[in-house]
Formats: sequence, C-alpha cells, structure tokens
Amino acid sequence: MNEFYVHTEQMTVGYDGKPLIRNIEIRLKRGEILTLIGPNGAGKSTILKSMTRQLKLVGGTVYLGGEQMSRMSGKEVAKKLAVVMTERIRPELMTCEDIVATGRYPYTGTLGILGEKDWEKVHEAMELVHALDFKDRDFTAISDGQRQRILLARAICQEPEIIVLDEPTSFLDIRHKLELLAILKNMVVRKKTAVLMSLHELDLAQKISDHVICVHGDQIEKYGSPEEIFTSEYVHHLYGITTGSYNAAFGCLEMDPPKGKPEVFVIGGNGRGIPVYRKLQRAGIPFAAGILHKNDMDHEVAKVLAAEVIEEEPFSLISEENFQKAKKRMETCSRVICCVDVFGPANEKNRQLMKLAEASGKLEIR
Amino acid sequence: MHKKLHIRYWASFGLLVLMLILFIIWNINSGSIPISVREILEILFLGGGEETARNIVWEIRLPRILSAVILGGALSVSGFLLQTFFGNPIASPFVLGISSGAKLVVSLVMIFLLGRSMVASSAVLILAAFAGSMISMGFVLLVAKKVKQMSALIISGIMIGYICSAITDFVITFADDSNIVNLHNWSMGSFSGMSWENVRVMAVVVLLSSLIVFLMSKPIGAYQLGEGYAQNMGVNIKVFRVALILLSSILSACVTAFAGPISFVGIAVPHLVKSLLKTAKPLLVIPACFLGGAVFCLFCDLIARTAFAPTELSISSVTAVFGAPIVIYIMIRRKRSAQ
Repeated sequence: MNEFYVHTEQMTVGYDGKPLIRNIEIRLKRGEILTLIGPNGAGKSTILKSMTRQLKLVGGTVYLGGEQMSRMSGKEVAKKLAVVMTERIRPELMTCEDIVATGRYPYTGTLGILGEKDWEKVHEAMELVHALDFKDRDFTAISDGQRQRILLARAICQEPEIIVLDEPTSFLDIRHKLELLAILKNMVVRKKTAVLMSLHELDLAQKISDHVICVHGDQIEKYGSPEEIFTSEYVHHLYGITTGSYNAAFGCLEMDPPKGKPEVFVIGGNGRGIPVYRKLQRAGIPFAAGILHKNDMDHEVAKVLAAEVIEEEPFSLISEENFQKAKKRMETCSRVICCVDVFGPANEKNRQLMKLAEASGKLEIR
Repeated sequence: MHKKLHIRYWASFGLLVLMLILFIIWNINSGSIPISVREILEILFLGGGEETARNIVWEIRLPRILSAVILGGALSVSGFLLQTFFGNPIASPFVLGISSGAKLVVSLVMIFLLGRSMVASSAVLILAAFAGSMISMGFVLLVAKKVKQMSALIISGIMIGYICSAITDFVITFADDSNIVNLHNWSMGSFSGMSWENVRVMAVVVLLSSLIVFLMSKPIGAYQLGEGYAQNMGVNIKVFRVALILLSSILSACVTAFAGPISFVGIAVPHLVKSLLKTAKPLLVIPACFLGGAVFCLFCDLIARTAFAPTELSISSVTAVFGAPIVIYIMIRRKRSAQ
C-alpha cells in the first residue's frame, strides 16, 4: 500500500475538536502534484495545516513515507516535509539569504550554525528560484514575487520529499505566478518531490496538477484528474456560480451575456469574432452570432455571450436550413458586423450573408 | 558580504566589552569619595590600597556594580524574549506589567515579613517576584489570546502595571513607618544597598537562565519567522512557548526582586543591539543584549548616583530619560517602513 508517499486514512480536520471536513482520503506519490480547489472558506487551509501538524487532527491518520506522522518527531518530519504558508511574515533585519538559511534548521547542531555544505545548499536553492541577485537584500524590502520565491527556496533547501504550499500564488502578478509554478514543476520533475498545494487560479490548477481535490461543504466532493474535474458544469456547481460562467476549454471566466432581443448580428469565425463579442458584451448590447461551426473557437465564447447562436456541425458545409435561420435573424437586427476575412467552401454561406447585409446597408466590416 | 558582517560582529562585541570595562572602572571611581584608577587596580587585583577605600570598593561599590551588570543583562535578555514571543518590538517586562506584578507581590511579602520582624532572604524575594510575574503574565497571555492586535496587548499591559503599582503604593502608604523609606526606595527602582549574598544569588539565577536562553538561540531564530514555520522546522511549539515565558519571567522577576521595577531597558537595549549588529540572529543578539544591558544600566546608575549627588535619583527615572526616546524612534521608524 505504500507506493503512495503521503496518504491519509479517514482524516477528519477541524478546529478545537470540532470536525469541519470529514473522511479525507489523500493519496500522493512522489513526483506528483496534488491541488486543492474549492470556494473561499471551504477549509483548504485547514486541511493543509492539519497535514503539516499545525492543527491537531480531529480523527484519522496521516502517513508520511509509510510512517504514521503523529509518531514522528518534529525533526524527522522537518527533514521530509517543508511548507510555504500564506501568512505574510515580517521578520526583522533578515536578509533573503538568512531566510533561506533557516531551511537548514533540521540539519544543523544545537546552536544552529551552518556549515560549508549547508551554505552550498542554501545557494543552490536560491539559484533554483533565480534569487541569487538579491540574496543580500532585506526580506521586507523586496517585492511579493521575490518574497514568495525566497520562501520557496527556504522550503527547497530543507531538502523535503514533499512541499506543502498554501495558496502560493495569491499575491503574485501573472508573470510571477507562472514563474513560481514553473519552478515548482521543475522541482517535481528533477527531484521527484511531491507537491500538495491549494490554488485559487483554476486555469493554473488545471494545467499544473496531476490530481485535483475539490473541497466543498463538509467533505471532499470530488477527487480526480484535472480532465475529470474541470468541466463547466462541475465548476459551476463547486463554486455555486450563478453570475457569468466558467469556460472549461479555455479555463477562463466569462461575464453574463447582455439580456434581450438581439440587436446586432455578428458574422464570425476563425477566432475573429471573439473581440467583437466582448465589445458588445461590455456595451451591454444583445447580439446574435452566426453561423459558427461548433469546432470554431469563436463558438466557445459565442455560446456564453450571445443571445442566440446559429451553429453548424464541425467540418460540414453550412446547411440551407441554418442559412435561412441566420438570414431571418439578420433581418430583425439593426446592424450586422462581419469580422470574417477568409471565406472557403465551409463558410461560403457566411459570405452570402455578408452580401445580403451589404445590400441592405446594415453591414459594418471589422 | 559574509566577511564584512563578521568584522562588524567582532567590532560590536569588542565595543561592548570595552564599554563595560570602562563603565565598571568609572563607576568604582566616582562617588562621594573619588578613587583613582591606579588605586582601583591596586585594590582589585593586589589586595592593597587604603582601608576605607578598600571597604568602599568591596562592600559598597562593587556589589552595586555587579548587580547593575547582572540585572541589566537580565532585563534586556528578558525584553528580547518577550519581543520575540509576542512579535512586538515594544514588548518588555515593564511595559507588559510583569515588573509591576512582581513588585506588588514582593512588597506584600516584604511588609508581611517585616511586620513579624523577619528579613526576607534573596530566595524568598525571587520566589515572590516570580509569582507576581507569572500572575501578570497570565493576564497578558489571556488578553493576547483574545485580541490579536499589537496595541491592545501593550495597553492591557500598561493597565495591569498601573493597577499593580496603585495597590503597591496603597500598601506601602499603610506600612509600618520604619519600613517605608526602605520600601519606597526599592519600589521606585534602585541598585543601592546590594549585599554580596544578593549578588551571589542573582548571579546564579540570571547567569543560568541566560545560558539556557543562549542555548535556545536556534529555536528562537526559527520562531522569528512565525509559529507555523518554526513548527515545520521541528520546534516543539508548546514546550518552546512555555520555556520562553518561564525564562523571561524568571529573569525579570530576579530584577524586580532586588532592584525594583526598571523601565525601558528591556525595549531600548535589544533594539540598540540589533541596530549595532545589523542582524536579529539570536545567537549574536542574546549575548550582545546581555552585555548591552549591563553597559546601559551601569551608565544609568552612574548618572543616578552622581548627577545630583548626594541626592540619588531612582534608576527608572534615568533609564526612562534615555530609553523612552528610543521607543518613540522605533515606533516612528516602523510606521515609515510599513508604508
């Protein structure tokens, strides 16, 4: 059973003995990334804190490397498990190097003096997160992105077999989010480290995780691969989304479509329609989108933003039926926007729509 | 960079030791009867010198100087521990009301014993002060648990301090006439009237506690990153917190038992020392705090004794004059760095 590096049995977590989430079964191998997602306050941090022994378990057992974690000494755990927490720290008069050096704690003697080898590890870890340039800067004087990298380096030089991170990307801009996760992925591949973390960014979670756990209510609602979890229906349910929508294919969020009878007809396709749809959505103008093949990327966006989508099966010629439907709809709209610049056999009918619109004087070309 | 810092560390410690020696000699030298440096060296190391001078040095000035050294060190180490524990740069035994709690219990015990014409021994005084410290500490911890705000902690500490001081004053007012002068002096804070027995006891208690604190440098360093990280590094948080509380209480209790409450040393010295070393590493800061506290108290005691001689100032009023501006400076600087 111990092919898993970390696993929990019937773990129940909560505060002061009061259970919050029950029967958590986590299975994680080395070299894998497991991500916790779920709405705010669902208890992601509680789970992570319980697994790192910062909170007492309400019930169940956590195994680390095949051993019961509750029976291990603080030092034993420290050599195997390192954390990066969400709480911001403001240490006094500590350089970045000092912070990273604290990761060597479990390996140094009574007075905690670092040897030659320890300093090597410290610098290695700092190099891995590209932080050597600012190693002598004061920790409180650097940016959030740099700070998070320093904390990651601190965890890395603890030479753990698993790193637990609580929302490591929260305060970061997109560039630093990507950098941090790239470093993490690199560690996982190179050192076979296991990673257990919580993330708010679904798009990133979807791309970096090997497994995803969804925390919802008082239980783990779903546990599986990103492909199984990140469907529009499930994400809508998990976060209780009622306004706007989550697009599973793009992993992005969309606002609510403008309500009402379509005022504008957009002839789209080939990705050229998306900016137009968004512009109309922002202006609050309801529109109809057509005629879109279901495999066109415009279709993904149109189906959540347009009041009406006239759609065609993938790779087929546009049918006469759909053409008539589109024509009818176009006649009721006061404007027609055509953003397609390439016409071929499959969308020949869209060209005819454009000609019709031109004849009626409603056409705008984008 | 490493080399440069090392030079700074050595230089700082050198400076502190130098100042310590300088102030010890200066303190022996000055007073109602000045004693020259040559005479001092003769008395200390050769056992020579004139009879009265020898008596003054050995029986009056030296015990007083040694207690200023030991208790000053104890105060600033205790302050450093409390600042680490509460993550608050202006926490100290005085500000948190711990000194006042100790003062209250000690004066109760003293009055009780004096009423039965007994003299309180050093051990009894320390125990009484420790009990008082723990009571105040208990209140402060309760407040700290309920309110996470830094200012609330300090305010509650100051309030506890006021309450304890008020009760102490009240008790002293109604104490037997003959005791009042003595008790009053002590309750204002003073290094005067130390006996060698006092010095021996405080040396054992303070040096031992400080040594334990020094050996705890490693977990204290981890704790500076916050509880979560310390716990992850393998620090047993519960044991560590209890140890920190006990040690800081013992240290400040020892000070109060012998010299009464002394303000501001516990805040000012750790801060000055950290600025001097340009680091907060406990391994360096703890011994430097001890030395710095000793120097600071020797300096203040010198002023207390000589500034308006023959009238002696209370040590607290001198430490406040030099310590309070430093506290204000810390607050202004923190405000600036927070923006």
